Order: sequence, then structure tokens, then C-alpha cells
Amino acid sequence: MTKKKAPTLSREERQLTPIRIPMPLRYLINAVLVFALWLVINSLIGNGTITNYWSGILITIGINIILAVSLNVATGYLGQLPLGHAGFMAVGAYTGGIFMRATPAADLIKAGDTAGALPYVLIALVLSAIVAGLFGLIIGIPALRLRGDYLAIITLGFGEIIRVILTNIDSVLGFKFTYGAAGLKRIPKFSSFTLVFVCVVITCLVIHMVMKSRHGRAILSIRENEIAAESSGIPTTYYKTFAFVLSAVFAGIAGCLYAGYIGSLYPSTFKFMKSIEILVMVVLGGMGSMLGSVLSASVLTALPELLRSVDDYRMVAYSLALVVMMIFRPKGLMGSYDFSMSRCLEKALNFLFRPKLRKKKDKSIGKGAGKDE
Amino acid sequence: MSLIISQLFNGLQTGSVYALVALGYSMVYGIILLLNFAHGDIIMVGAYTAFYAMTAFHLHPIVSALLAVIVSTLLGVVIEKVAYTPLRSAPRLSLLITAIGISFLLENGAQLLFGADTKSMDVIVPGNVTIGSTTVSYAAILTIAVAVVSMAALTFLVQKTRLGKAMRAVSEDMGAAQLMGISLNKTISFTFAIGSALAGIGSVLYLCAYPQASPTMGSMLGLKAFIAAVLGGIGSIPGAMIGGFAIGLLEALVAAVGLSVWKDGVVFAILIVVLLVKPTGIMGHKVTEKV
Repeated sequence: MTKKKAPTLSREERQLTPIRIPMPLRYLINAVLVFALWLVINSLIGNGTITNYWSGILITIGINIILAVSLNVATGYLGQLPLGHAGFMAVGAYTGGIFMRATPAADLIKAGDTAGALPYVLIALVLSAIVAGLFGLIIGIPALRLRGDYLAIITLGFGEIIRVILTNIDSVLGFKFTYGAAGLKRIPKFSSFTLVFVCVVITCLVIHMVMKSRHGRAILSIRENEIAAESSGIPTTYYKTFAFVLSAVFAGIAGCLYAGYIGSLYPSTFKFMKSIEILVMVVLGGMGSMLGSVLSASVLTALPELLRSVDDYRMVAYSLALVVMMIFRPKGLMGSYDFSMSRCLEKALNFLFRPKLRKKKDKSIGKGAGKDE
Repeated sequence: MSLIISQLFNGLQTGSVYALVALGYSMVYGIILLLNFAHGDIIMVGAYTAFYAMTAFHLHPIVSALLAVIVSTLLGVVIEKVAYTPLRSAPRLSLLITAIGISFLLENGAQLLFGADTKSMDVIVPGNVTIGSTTVSYAAILTIAVAVVSMAALTFLVQKTRLGKAMRAVSEDMGAAQLMGISLNKTISFTFAIGSALAGIGSVLYLCAYPQASPTMGSMLGLKAFIAAVLGGIGSIPGAMIGGFAIGLLEALVAAVGLSVWKDGVVFAILIVVLLVKPTGIMGHKVTEKV
């Protein structure tokens, strides 16, 4: 873009135009960086620098990132407080688990034919996303008529009902379906690091793109002031449901990956406690910040593994952190700040090649910062 | 017939506990619009207090009960002062998350202190009374009696005393009440104290019904009591009483039909139905939001 415009601008003018990285290039840069990250971690796993134990933790981190980022849509961007995220995760996990048990994928994975099993895995992921999304829709439409605390409670209620149903449905159906409290076992373990990594990237990408679009701005406006948003002609019910379903869909995918990683599912895994754990990740990272969710999900998953000896204190520390955070820094560590690779690159390029702009910009940055304070 | 009557008493017994706990939720919500998630865990602390007073220190049950009430009351006020007062002008979401944090802090703290296992003790009020062909335990009669007396005392306190008047004024309009010279801090702390004291009584009555204590006992009990408060109309004192008894009876009914594994599910389903059909509950008033 800068090349095309160059002849029309004088040297002086060009010096004062900040460098902008065009959109396709931005995506390309990010794609390359993401691919490089995958390549590095994957080769580290391949040559054994990252042990099996740690690659397992990486998978858990990935699953938790998906959960946190997806809950962030409903909590951070939409400004509601759903407390039933574990319920959607459970729906996704059981959908994926039951489907995978019914397919020949188990034998293929056992035989080491992961490529042959891939179509089944993809179908399982899509299926869990759809079923969790449907549950999100069924729950969201009535729940989102209510506000604030009531919404929190009703989603909590739904989350618990899902768990009660998973525990007791077999006695009603008369055949083994979820295997109740005994647990759904022998699910083929299909969640490899690469699969989880790809899912994390897709989750972040989709949510990022939605939030940067017109629809995302509508969702943000509901958070800022629902009445004002409605007065401006934004269909608030539609967008609330939309954000809620989006959040549920990715929770379902995370659940499916969880099923494929852990291999056996118990309804007690998806208790209220699990929802709170995800909420802690979102709140600590900063409600409305994807980077915050990603970072806090990673740290809060890895930290207990590093500090095995003090595991008893983990939940105490979580809850204490939650209270202290709300009192002293209610916006979370990152606030609503989001990291952008291209923005950093642009800044660096401008710094290097636009020395005149540098002085000018420094001033304006100073002013801007002054306003924020 | 006799089975129905004894189930009825069972229902009223658990219902009394729910009602007492629901009152705490309702009063706190009525005054600062906060869903006090930690309320259920105050019951747990009260139950542990009574439990250890009776088993480790061999105190008389009545002394232990008083001790449990005192500890719960203090805990409620301390929580309010430490966690909720600094956030009084913060967004509702922050307050709600803080309440959840406190709840989990208490639960996990108790787990560290007392262990994760359920601790059982001897029955506090043994014996049954048989009238005709129905058998009712003394514990059930005592529970219902204590609950009714506490509720009567609470109604008197709220309706007839100066402090009660202040509480009603603050819940009606916080700003106007302050302008009339009512001390907000004092009134809110007092509300928490009363609510927590009722939770303390509830915890002892719960121990009478189920002589055991565990770190997570408060969460389900608290949730159900909260549902009772919503059913009755949150913010309304008679509503909380009606809701509590209704939920208790409903649970007994579900158990009597032989669906006791679905008990929790049914209670949550009631919550959802109530919220969808009549979010203000049985006794609540609709509040229109001003812009």
C-alpha cells in the first residue's frame, strides 16, 4: 500500500505518514508466528525435551485456555455472569465421548493410525460444538431475559441440572448411556498436542474476529449500557443469546478435547467448582482481555503442577486471590488490554524509519496517557 | 396416611432450616442487592462450631448452640466489613464475584482446617413421639418450634423496633435513608448480623436433623435456601419463610414418590420455572428500573 501511494507523496509528507501494516500481511505475520510456536513446541516434544508429563500439562493448558477465552465472551465482553460453564463443557465432553466410543476410531487410534481416525475426531468436535451450542440456545433464551444476579443463579441451576441428569439418566432410559456416577470409560484418547493447539488457535481467531466485527461492537455496547444499546436500535436479546451460544460452543469443544485427553468422564468433574475455576481464570486475567484469559489460564494450570507440595492450598489461594483482586484491582491483571503483534511491529517500524514522527508522536502519546490517568 | 404425615413433618423440618437460611439471603439482598453466596458457608462454620463444642469440649447442646450463633454472627459481620464494605459503590458484578470468592475461601479453609471428610456425631435430640399410628421425632418438633419462634422474633424486630425501621428505610431507598440521619454502616452490619445469627440457628437445627458436618455442606443447603428466597420473592421476609417451607415440603414429596436422586434437579427446575414465570416470586414487588 505504501508503495503505491509513494509517488504522489513528497519525501517530507512520507516522513510524516505513519507506517501501517496492511491487513493481509498482519494475518500472515500472526499465522507465521503461530506456526513457529507450534513448530518449536512440537519439535521439543518430538525430541523429548518436553516430557510426556509436561506435554499432558500443555494439553490441559490448551483446554483451559479455550474454556477461559470462551467464558470471557459471556463475562468480559457481554458483561453477564454465567455460572454454568462447566455444564456446557460436560455436554461437549459426553457428546464427544459417546460418539467416539460408538465409532471404530478407538481401534484405529490404538493401532496408531491417527490419520485414519481424524475424520471421526473432527466429526466428534463439530458434534460437541453443535450440541453444546444447542444447549446454550435452550438455556440462553430464557436465562437472558433476566439480568445480573438472576442470570448467575439460573445458569448455575442449569449447570447443576445437567450434572444431575448425567448422573441419573440411565435409570430413566433403561439402558447404559452416560454410565452415571460410575463414569463413561474407555474413550479413545484422541487429543494430541497438535489437535488442541489448532483448536486453541481457531477459538481465539474466531472470537477475535467476531469481537472486532460489527456484531462484537454490539455485544460490547450491551456490556457498557444495555438500555442505551437498546435505544440505539441494537437487538439486545439477539446479541446476548448470540454471545451466550458462542461461549457455549467453544466450551463444548473444550469438553470434547477434555474427553479425548482424559479418557473417562465422571459427572462429578463438572461440578459448580469447575465453573468457578474457569471464572477465576477470566477474572484474574482481566474481564474482556483475551490475552489476560490466555495468560491466567496457562499460569493457573501450570502453577499447581510446579507447586505440587502446596496443592492443598491451591483453592484457598484461588479464592483469596479472587477477593483481593476484586477489592484492589477489579479490572483484573490485564484490564481490557489486548496484545496485538502487528501494533507492536508498527510501533517498532515507525520508531526506526520515521524519526520525525517519533518526536511528534511522543508528544501525542504523552497527552493521551495524561487523559487516561 | 401415617406415612404422609411423617413425611410432612420431615418436610417441615428441613423447610424450617431452609426458611431460616433464606431469611438471611433475603434480608441482605433487600438491603444491598447482593446475593451473599457466602451465607451458606456461614452455616457450615456454625455447624462445625456446634459440632466441636459438643464432641471435643463436651459442652451442653444449648451452650454449643449459643456458641454457634455467636460465631456465625461475628463471621457474618466480619465478612461484611472486610469484603463487602470496600465494594459498596463498585459494580454489582465485582460484589457478586467477591461473594463467590468468600464462599470458596470459607469452604476450602474449612477443608484445610477440619479435613475433607464428613464428621459424624451422636444424635443431639433422640427419641420419637407416637401419636396414633404416626411417629414424629422430637428433633422435628423442636426444629419447627425454634424456627417459628425465631421468625416471630424477627418479624417483631423488623416491624416494631427502631433498628427494624432503619432496615426497612435503607432497603427502600438508601440515599434518602442516609439523608434522614440513619447510619448506613450500622444498619447494614446489623442486617448481616441478624441474617448470620439466623444462619447460626439454622446450622444447629440442621445438625439436629443430620448429625454430621462437612466443609461443603453449606453450598447445597445455601443454594436451596437461596432458591427458597427467590421462590418466596427475594427481599421479602414473609416470602422467605413461605419459600423455605415450600421447598422443604416439595423435597419431602419428591422423596416420598421415590425420586430422591432427582431431588436437587427438581429444586433447581422450580427455580428456573419461578424465574421465568414470575421473577419477583410469590411475595415480591416488581421494581422498575430508572434510567
